Amino acid sequence: MEFFFEVLIGGLLAGVMYALVAIGFVLIYKASGVFNFAQGAMVLFSALTFVSLLERGVPFWLAFVISLTAMVLLAVAVERAVLRPLVNRSPITLFMATLGLSYVIEGFAQALWGAQVHGLELGISDEPLELGGMLLSQFDIFAAVTAALLVLALSLLFNKTRIGLSLRAVADDPLAALAVGIRLQRVWVLVWAVAGFVGLVAGLLWGARLGVQFSLSLVVLKALPVLIIGGFTSISGAIVGGLIIGASEKLAEVYLGPVIGGGIENWFPYVLALLFLLVRPAGLFGERAIERV
Amino acid sequence: MFYQEAGQFSTRYTQDHRVFRLRQDRYGLSTLLLFAFVAVPYLGNDYWFSAILIPFLVLSLAGLGLNLLTGYAGQLSLGSAAFMAVGAFATYNVELRVPGSPLLLSMALGGGVAALVAVLFGLPSLRIKGFYLLVSTLAAQFFVTWALTRFSWFSNNSASGVISAPRLEISGVDLNSPVGRYLLTLAVVVGLFWLGKNLVCSELGRNWMAVRDMDTAAAVMGIALLKTKLLAFAISGFFLGVAGALWAFTYLGTVEPHGFDLNRSFQILFIIIIGGLGSILGNFLGAAFIVLFPVLLSNLVALLPAGLIDAGQIENLQKMAFGILIIVFLVKEPEGLARLWQKFRERARLWPLRY
Amino acid sequence: MAQTQATKVEHLLVLENIGLSFKGVKAVTDISFAVAAGEICALIGPNGAGKSSLLNVINGVYQAQQGRIRFAGEEHRRMRPHDAAVRGIARTFQNIALFKGMSVLDNVLTGRNLKRRSSWIEQALRIGRAAGEDDRQREAAERIIDFLHIQPWRDTLVGKLPYGLQKRVELARALAAEPRLLLLDEPMAGMNAEEKQQMSRFIVDINRELGTTVVLIEHDIGVVMGICDHVVVLDYGRKIGDGPPDEVRQNPEVIAAYLGTRH
Repeated sequence: MEFFFEVLIGGLLAGVMYALVAIGFVLIYKASGVFNFAQGAMVLFSALTFVSLLERGVPFWLAFVISLTAMVLLAVAVERAVLRPLVNRSPITLFMATLGLSYVIEGFAQALWGAQVHGLELGISDEPLELGGMLLSQFDIFAAVTAALLVLALSLLFNKTRIGLSLRAVADDPLAALAVGIRLQRVWVLVWAVAGFVGLVAGLLWGARLGVQFSLSLVVLKALPVLIIGGFTSISGAIVGGLIIGASEKLAEVYLGPVIGGGIENWFPYVLALLFLLVRPAGLFGERAIERV
Repeated sequence: MFYQEAGQFSTRYTQDHRVFRLRQDRYGLSTLLLFAFVAVPYLGNDYWFSAILIPFLVLSLAGLGLNLLTGYAGQLSLGSAAFMAVGAFATYNVELRVPGSPLLLSMALGGGVAALVAVLFGLPSLRIKGFYLLVSTLAAQFFVTWALTRFSWFSNNSASGVISAPRLEISGVDLNSPVGRYLLTLAVVVGLFWLGKNLVCSELGRNWMAVRDMDTAAAVMGIALLKTKLLAFAISGFFLGVAGALWAFTYLGTVEPHGFDLNRSFQILFIIIIGGLGSILGNFLGAAFIVLFPVLLSNLVALLPAGLIDAGQIENLQKMAFGILIIVFLVKEPEGLARLWQKFRERARLWPLRY
Repeated sequence: MAQTQATKVEHLLVLENIGLSFKGVKAVTDISFAVAAGEICALIGPNGAGKSSLLNVINGVYQAQQGRIRFAGEEHRRMRPHDAAVRGIARTFQNIALFKGMSVLDNVLTGRNLKRRSSWIEQALRIGRAAGEDDRQREAAERIIDFLHIQPWRDTLVGKLPYGLQKRVELARALAAEPRLLLLDEPMAGMNAEEKQQMSRFIVDINRELGTTVVLIEHDIGVVMGICDHVVVLDYGRKIGDGPPDEVRQNPEVIAAYLGTRH
């Protein structure tokens, strides 16, 4: 029984990591209505920049700031080159544009910093912590705390600040937001920059876990089931979705794996998300789109 | 001046409804087909057949398959490669376990199996709309590649799921040479494109477009949404399945499930975006672009002084250039190369006048 | 339309005690009226009175929680839009629901989909029943296009047409199905006086020449009084008037709610 809980908690904590990436998606979707497939590439780029700077002897916090600046510059470039020309297009067109964008960012990241795997040390001990008879990874706990702080900060941003109000207005109706004088471009740059920041944090945590390498950008593929379950427009949904996916993935791997065969975690989250969609087409917390005829 | 329509009137509806209304278009197509079937086998060399023409043809067919589902019926799909894989492996198994099965029949059956799998993963489209539908086809993509690797029965118990092409022959004519494989591919692709064009111009094609544009209105008009959507998945699956079989057997020779991964699905999606959603010609244009672009780029790089850019960087640059081109296309000409061609033709019809 | 005539009036559509609510919000309550075959019936009332919802109930887009509908003598408990279409009910929408990616001709042809006999395989291979059917369907579509004077735009993408023309194309598409009952949701919304006259003439032609029964939602009282045989008035989801135009026009409740009181 304890083993079950250990697996479960391990899965939940892994889920927190998924949620971190998913939050980046939710931010951009909330403000620009586009599912940003390039989020994974952004995670990779930010982590790669950070780690390469570290390796060149740049101190930790300076490297962090520089990486963050790079993400802001990226946000400006994306807004200029992709979002502005494609304003008003269908969501599928925007999605495909982010697909192209992910190729550009990936290629650029590797052209700039090379394609080797980099290890990343965040200074967190690898020793497992014993809690109530279960072994929990300190690192996972650290990640969970980070995620919680991030979510707190973001909710404060969205709900308590004037900028946050603008963000929510733009998410609801860009044209109406323009009509009341909200600077659409500024909002978009801000949102993509914040998403870049979230991506950087996620990249650092994932990178410390898996090493900073190309496959980091594939983590985006896990984010989709998370968003399906949690809804595309809710940060808390992203957390809950992440937890559900993380936990079920681990449990399936441990308990179903020996029966069906290894490697289930590749498709299991998707099938789970699919079943979820059939029952709740808008996700747990998502908004139901009402079609008026 | 040369592309005049003067004097060409349709006097019957059948004439008006023809695929190629203008005499010039019909001559053009006949010449092209003649050239492709008769002249190219003599003019081409092995490199052209194996590395350029065959993948071009197969990818065009795959593009058509996805286009039917996504471009015409509006059901977004990222699982194209999975359906190709099913087609390839099913064809292989039919050839293996049903001795004496004619090659074309095996491919048709392989396509049929792919169609069934596509319908299975297409069922959710009845409840889920638009963007969310991606989940279902992504699930198909990951599940199929996993299943084909995990259960070695599919690959006749080979170690990593690798399958290799059976002997390619039709009625005793050996088609294993590059020319032979080219002609086989060409014949299958031309045949299926004819079928596809008929479908797209028929009632089913219009129903697909109606479902794509506004499915509530389509239902109100009596269009059976269930049947229309599932047929889209089935027919698309069939086309993709045959394309997968061709990809495995006439192009690569041996293939493993990994060769039909998510990147391949993206590749086919790019083909139809660049070529043009909801277009028949676009599939050819998009496939030509995808096949020729890397070749062009490496030839360009070869012109630069040696050592300026090393091999690894070329790949990265290619990736970047590719992504940039996608974005440029989406911004400038969302309807793809097919629309550019159409604009050109419209100018040509009026030339030397301007409008 | 005098009910005292000896001839039996045939009711094509009968609504009895229809009640529809959305999660507790009542859209319409206890609506009963009958539409005779061959008449033009108008549904009028202030905004939010439930007219569009009622139309949606008639053709199966919404399912009424209470009441019964009888169409052509058959009762419907649970009818989906597809069934309504098969039974011969066609409609247009308030916000034009044309297929923007297709031409005018193609849009009208989609309206003919229920009239086809050949299967998709026959059409793909151009064999069997498909041969020749294309011509017949095209002919039928062209008749409708002629009727509504939209020939010059036959091959134009509907998305490129001006609003008034789009409304006409939507009407053509609905007519292509040769329906017995035509439901029009604000067919003249957003039109100027001249366009309204033209559309009114078309609707009258459809009714007189093709014999189609029409139920339309309309705000322009002039149009309603001019072309309709029968008027039903809704207010806050309830029926407050039902009868020939002259009768309804003098109903004090209707005047108070909708037409405005005389000063």
